[in-house]
Amino acid sequence: MQKYYSNITQIVGDVITVEAENVGNMELAQVITRRGTSLAQVIRLDGRKVFLQVFSGSRGISTGDKVRFLGHPMRIPTGELLLGRIFNGSGSPLDGGPALDENLVEVGGPPVNPVKRIIPEKMIRTGIPMIDIFNSLVESQKLPVFSIAGEPYNELLARIAIQAEVDIIILGGMGLKYDDYLFFKETLEEQGALSRSIVFMHTAADPIVECLLVPDISLAVAENFALAGERVLVLLTDMSNFCDALKVISITMEQIPSNRGYPGDLYSQLASRYEKAVDFDAAGSITILAATTMPGDDVTHPIPDNTGYITEGQFYLKNGVIEPFGSLSRLKQQVNGKTREDHRTIMDTMIQLFAEYRETLEKQAMGFEMSAWDRKLLKYGNLFEKKMMSLEVNIPLEKALDLGWEILHECFSPEETGIKRSMIEAYWPGTHEG
Amino acid sequence: MRKGRITRISGNMVTVSFDSPVMQNEVAYIQHRNERLKSEIIRVRGTLAEMQVYEDTRGLKVGEEVEFTGDLLSVELGPGMLGQIFDGLQNPLPDLAAQCGYFLKRGIYMEALSGSDEWEFTPIAKAGDRVRAGDKIGFVKEKMFRHYCMVPFSWEGFFEVVSVEKPGKFTKNQAIAHLKDEKGNVRPVSLCQRWPVKIPIRAYKEKLKPTEPLVTKMRLIDSLFPVARGGTYCIPGPFGAGKTVLQQLISKHADADVVVIAACGERAGEVVETIKTFPTLVDPRTGHPLSDRTVIICNTSSMPVAARESSVYTAVTIAEYYRQMGLHVLLLADSTSRWAQAMREMSGRLEEIPGEEAFPAYLESHIASFYERAGLVSLYDGTLGSVTIGGAVSPAGGNFEEPVTQATLKVVGAFHGLSRNRSDARRYPAIDPLISWSKYRSFIDQAQKERGQWLLRKGNDVAQMMKVVGEEGTSLADYSDYLKSEFFDFVYLQQNAFDPVDEATPKERQAYVFSFIDRIIQSDFSFTSKDEALHFFQQLRQLFRGWNSSPWQSEEFERTEAEIRALLAERIKAG
Ligand SMILES: Nc1ncnc2c1ncn2[C@@H]1O[C@H](COP(=O)(O)OP(=O)(O)O)[C@@H](O)[C@H]1O
Ligand SMILES: [Mg+2]
Repeated sequence: MQKYYSNITQIVGDVITVEAENVGNMELAQVITRRGTSLAQVIRLDGRKVFLQVFSGSRGISTGDKVRFLGHPMRIPTGELLLGRIFNGSGSPLDGGPALDENLVEVGGPPVNPVKRIIPEKMIRTGIPMIDIFNSLVESQKLPVFSIAGEPYNELLARIAIQAEVDIIILGGMGLKYDDYLFFKETLEEQGALSRSIVFMHTAADPIVECLLVPDISLAVAENFALAGERVLVLLTDMSNFCDALKVISITMEQIPSNRGYPGDLYSQLASRYEKAVDFDAAGSITILAATTMPGDDVTHPIPDNTGYITEGQFYLKNGVIEPFGSLSRLKQQVNGKTREDHRTIMDTMIQLFAEYRETLEKQAMGFEMSAWDRKLLKYGNLFEKKMMSLEVNIPLEKALDLGWEILHECFSPEETGIKRSMIEAYWPGTHEG
Repeated sequence: MRKGRITRISGNMVTVSFDSPVMQNEVAYIQHRNERLKSEIIRVRGTLAEMQVYEDTRGLKVGEEVEFTGDLLSVELGPGMLGQIFDGLQNPLPDLAAQCGYFLKRGIYMEALSGSDEWEFTPIAKAGDRVRAGDKIGFVKEKMFRHYCMVPFSWEGFFEVVSVEKPGKFTKNQAIAHLKDEKGNVRPVSLCQRWPVKIPIRAYKEKLKPTEPLVTKMRLIDSLFPVARGGTYCIPGPFGAGKTVLQQLISKHADADVVVIAACGERAGEVVETIKTFPTLVDPRTGHPLSDRTVIICNTSSMPVAARESSVYTAVTIAEYYRQMGLHVLLLADSTSRWAQAMREMSGRLEEIPGEEAFPAYLESHIASFYERAGLVSLYDGTLGSVTIGGAVSPAGGNFEEPVTQATLKVVGAFHGLSRNRSDARRYPAIDPLISWSKYRSFIDQAQKERGQWLLRKGNDVAQMMKVVGEEGTSLADYSDYLKSEFFDFVYLQQNAFDPVDEATPKERQAYVFSFIDRIIQSDFSFTSKDEALHFFQQLRQLFRGWNSSPWQSEEFERTEAEIRALLAERIKAG
């Protein structure tokens, strides 16, 4: 028989304080109000005072309401039965299907022992040259799309998800607009991927605490599948909403903020989620693609800044294209040495020349005379933008590399590219076939 | 056993009430059902002690019992650390994996050094010798080193050797000698000893000024911003600028006897790379796998934050231990900012008055005393040993004005500042030669080095000026200095980490190529037009690229050099 406690002594933000005994840190509780029952989680203990973060928010909670502790931390059902289903941030069904309580696993479990990880080496082909050539995506990578609100980051995530050869797709939506939710659902449905997908949805209209739970639940479910040998892709959009929810809670708990109101442990909080991306020794993998919207397109803002320090690179989406500068895949070198011999050469050369093109653009904008070399760079830059950068392009890596050589050939003489001669002899168009 | 009870739990900080004396920084264990969770007292107020818990605190309850141990957080020092992978508290991760599988189960602590491994002992000291802390009693063979067994560093005063075992096999806890102190008490010495991590080991005669370069085989570093044996340096840079790749390259190629890697609060995946590849890479200096000279302390970002704070101390203590054997040890910490953030998290939970960006007021002194543990020392027997510390710094927003970078710059001997512009343009290593500095001496001829640095500044000035006046407003002489500086950058400062030859340049080759380039820098090519100059340097650059990737003094190397010389001769004749 579990005990009910009814002396709620404080309600601040979405955190309530109740006097109780024998309560475990992080334990779950039910708060029973006139409007219904909500789950809550212990976030601090001080003598008899128990601080609870209420999932559905504190609105309408009265000091006379009852609290019952459940004796366990947050758990989530896992397994095949979840496939094709849609849940909210606390794990309750949103699709009219039955609630599940099988194979419960703890949310936010312990970290993987680094020695049980393996070096990732499987490239995920996307058909997008800006990714495949310049910043290859690798299975088990954790990688956000940085962009300002309004960029087509959800479209990009969905496109990669559909194209990637993974067993299971888990979508964790945080503060998502309902339209975006429908977009994901329809895309997965159209591509016949819904039956191997699981959706955890928090929309902009839902309680803020539930937003905090989405990454943890999504990743706990993913981890369970990965341990069973499945290759899981987790999409988290938008992680900036998650960070903002963290900020709200930490201010409520009177923690000293470190930077623009964000808590000092923002890095550790993000890391404990992103580090769930893994390639298990002798089991499956988890790849995490996230969306991180940057307030004011400012990459030094604490959210993208802390994210960038944790993730294995980022795709910087700007004006509808993936910008070569600011985009990075830290794992690209695990795979791009094994694709085609000229892959790295094309990657390095085209980017260095593109950097020069950008400088020439600046000169041009200042009204300076264009030298012969400048004109070559301008021609090159235009071709690069049209044929490589546009997200309309959808070609396999090998075709994209060939295209790279063609563009270079069209604009430059071999030595102008700085490419070493052995490579030129093997790949420069017109050299080998005579 | 002194005990206390939990009164408060907030994140990884637990408050405990006690009624018998407690000690600051004492280790205590929280009893939670059948788990024992390690923690450390970090503040005492009245009858309450605040402790940082080295584990996840979920499930802990108010009223649970805490046992105080009377020990400071310590590591075990002895043979068997080379090639090992420890967490921040020195738990061997492979052993944890063998016992617990994929995940790091909390509350499991394992012996750092195997209790059953046997070591072949050879005595050095003899009965009757007068010895003190740090003196060598004998040695065992650990990988390619003589691993000296020393009088424990914590023993004060002088001792008389009563007996030393004959050569034979010993496990770490068996006595290999007995020593008598000045009061006549006889104590056994074994192959291993314990040492509290936050206290420097000082069993040496004196600390010397670092002078000898520590060759990293990174051209930009060795030639322009060198590191000295026993010195310190830092690598601040925004995310993705190349701190970790640089640290990894240095851990592979640096001319050190032992490398201790402290993977502190960064990605687990990066350590995995080191763990998996080092056993397969042969160190050309010794012919042994790189793992044989490496100790990894791995407390990555999703592992407990308090243990992250300790991990850098664990690492530096192990480094000091090998230094005591007369070895040159390099400690690479990636990233010291995560250690600073761990301090900030605890300070916040203690509700201390925050300083800049909420870092605690003692941030600077902690950083300074950490780097102070580097040094070149002369041991009691006159041999030299050193600890060199290189710390990556991850400044918030990539802004070097922030507290951790600033505090670090005050104490280190060299600064390798990475710039976003250089990494965006794929100019790796992205160390910005215009802001970096070193107080140590390079093996490159001073005059040549200064010309190189002058050229880089000149090139940058011209580039800035061209942005205002355009190429047409720039003189041909200035323009060719600009091209020379770009050329120097492209073929010398930049180094391709993924080219098996270019990734590491030995000292002799650096000196040779640097003076070769110096002659080019000093040449007057008498160009007649900017296009001509540009075209010439493009050709030269292409040849040099090939030169850089051909093995030192190979046939290909000689051939390419001849081609370069021919191109230069032709140009000088034309001009
Ligand atoms: N020396 C280098 N050569 C080639 N690529 C590099 C080099 N340094 C960094 N990179 C690229 O940049 C990425 C990020 O580098 P990393 O060292 O992880 O950055 P940081 O530690 O500063 O965040 C690497 O994964 C690699 O793709
Ligand atoms: Mg790094």
